[in-house]
Amino acid sequence: MENTGNKDTRSGFGAGLLELGSTNPAVVALTADLTGSVKMDAFAAAYPHRFFQCGIAEANMIGTAAGLAITGHIPFVGTFAEFATGRVYDQLRQSVCYSAANVKIAASHAGVTLGEDGATHQTMEDIALTRALPHMAVINPCDYNQTRLATLAAAAWEGPVYLRFGRPSVPNFTPVDGPFEIGKAWVVHPGEDVTLLATGHLVWEALEAVRILAGQGIKAELINIHTIKPLDAQAVLDSAKKTGAVVTAEEHLVAGGLGEAVAGLLAQHHPVPMRMVAMEEGFGQSGTPAQLMEFYNLNAAAIVEKVLELKK
Amino acid sequence: MQQQKSPSFSALVQQVRRDIIRLVAAAKSGHPGGSLSSTDFMTMLYTEFLRQTPAQWDRTGKNMDMFFLSIGHITPLYYSILARMGYFPLEELRTFRKLGTRLQGHPAVEDGLPGIHVATGSLGQGLSVACGAALGKRLDNDPHQVYVLIGDGESQEGQIWEAALFAAHNNLGNLTAFTDWNRQQIDGHVDNVAGLGDLVAKWKSFGWLVLECDGHSEEDLRRAFQETLKPRTKPMMVLMHTHMGKGVDFMEGTHAWHGKAPSAEQEAAALAQLPETLGDF
Repeated sequence: MENTGNKDTRSGFGAGLLELGSTNPAVVALTADLTGSVKMDAFAAAYPHRFFQCGIAEANMIGTAAGLAITGHIPFVGTFAEFATGRVYDQLRQSVCYSAANVKIAASHAGVTLGEDGATHQTMEDIALTRALPHMAVINPCDYNQTRLATLAAAAWEGPVYLRFGRPSVPNFTPVDGPFEIGKAWVVHPGEDVTLLATGHLVWEALEAVRILAGQGIKAELINIHTIKPLDAQAVLDSAKKTGAVVTAEEHLVAGGLGEAVAGLLAQHHPVPMRMVAMEEGFGQSGTPAQLMEFYNLNAAAIVEKVLELKK
Repeated sequence: MQQQKSPSFSALVQQVRRDIIRLVAAAKSGHPGGSLSSTDFMTMLYTEFLRQTPAQWDRTGKNMDMFFLSIGHITPLYYSILARMGYFPLEELRTFRKLGTRLQGHPAVEDGLPGIHVATGSLGQGLSVACGAALGKRLDNDPHQVYVLIGDGESQEGQIWEAALFAAHNNLGNLTAFTDWNRQQIDGHVDNVAGLGDLVAKWKSFGWLVLECDGHSEEDLRRAFQETLKPRTKPMMVLMHTHMGKGVDFMEGTHAWHGKAPSAEQEAAALAQLPETLGDF
């Protein structure tokens, strides 16, 4: 699987949303003064009557989206991941999830790869927050193509969805037509010695790790867990039973992330030695995305290191 | 005493107030104070102005008026009205706040209780949801109204004012909000807890059309409702002057009964002031 050219995942969302404009008249979009940042500008220009600028008032935006959803529309709410979760958690809980409102949260600029703006805007807690919400599906696509497909799938999914993507240009390497199905893990590369479970920007890094490990005689199986909730338990268990060792990789804190979701599953059903590539604790900081991924050990080298810990 | 102009209205108001006391007493918990202060409003909304047919009610609210209860804690009133109007069987009121009930302490939609569009209880959120519903109706060219009831204490929530800006900016002329301005909240008089200042001027300055009315006067409420139906391009706020605990002398005008159930003796004393008019549940 090769990089066909770097692209930002948020633009994959923007492309998907624009397509939905013509294919699904129920789709509407809302933002809180971040139209361009979350790549809603093309949709806003093409479908102005279905686009709602809410101003810097995220709580009201979530509630308004719930009202639109109740009346049969499919609202995509776009803002930065930090403001789409921490700032509006109670609105997500009561007006969206507990109210079974079919709202799609389009959360851009997730993780440390937001970069220079620093920790105020770099949520590394959002997967934990959204995973804990009953009925919320949590999706963290890995590149432009997958984010576009995830956006289309989110519109077709009945119920609230947290769609997490990012700001930086990263390798675009997944096939333009998928496969992508919410809740169904994707085996990117089969192997038998160790299972790599990766989500978001870490999938490309994990693919790099597969290549490095192959050079050392370790056949790693890479599975893309784009849907963290509902987790594809069968895919995780099948692979863990085959390889007997699991390393997870995500751009998120250890607390409540993909690693803990997998650990919770394996601990109860098939315990195997496991390591997590994730941010241990604390907040991020300013820097380029590449610098920050390296600083916080969120890259191929970190994945290889964890695998070698398990396989030594 | 209740107004006497329309016997059926006043009879229903009194029976609903009686239901409120009996519901809270039976559950040994709940919120009688605000329920009693909003009773006249809710009765008039559901009997005269809300264009809904219980049997055809649908959560999407398509081709009907919609009502959102932003102050979700006044479920004794909400459930009593819904049951009395035929949204669900009157006997179901006996399940209020009990394990397995559709009549949760605060309104929920998970169990499909007819009449309820959204879960509320965490304050400040219902007005935003109503804004979304009003936008939705505009998108669908559905000429029906969206009503929402908020509280004065609730108006301390920042989200209320986010929604106020949004509704005015988007010219939501199909949105009508009512405030149960009973001036009491859990910890005391609103002015002593976190004063709202000039509420009339605030809503006006946020770009809303504003009316005031006596929330316990049948005539004045009807006048206000009729005013809200005139075509307009701005959202309208009706500030209703009310008394927390209205209808039961020892509950009236105090925050003490915001969220407290009466004892058996207190229940009897309250019900003695609210004789049965339409049959107890």
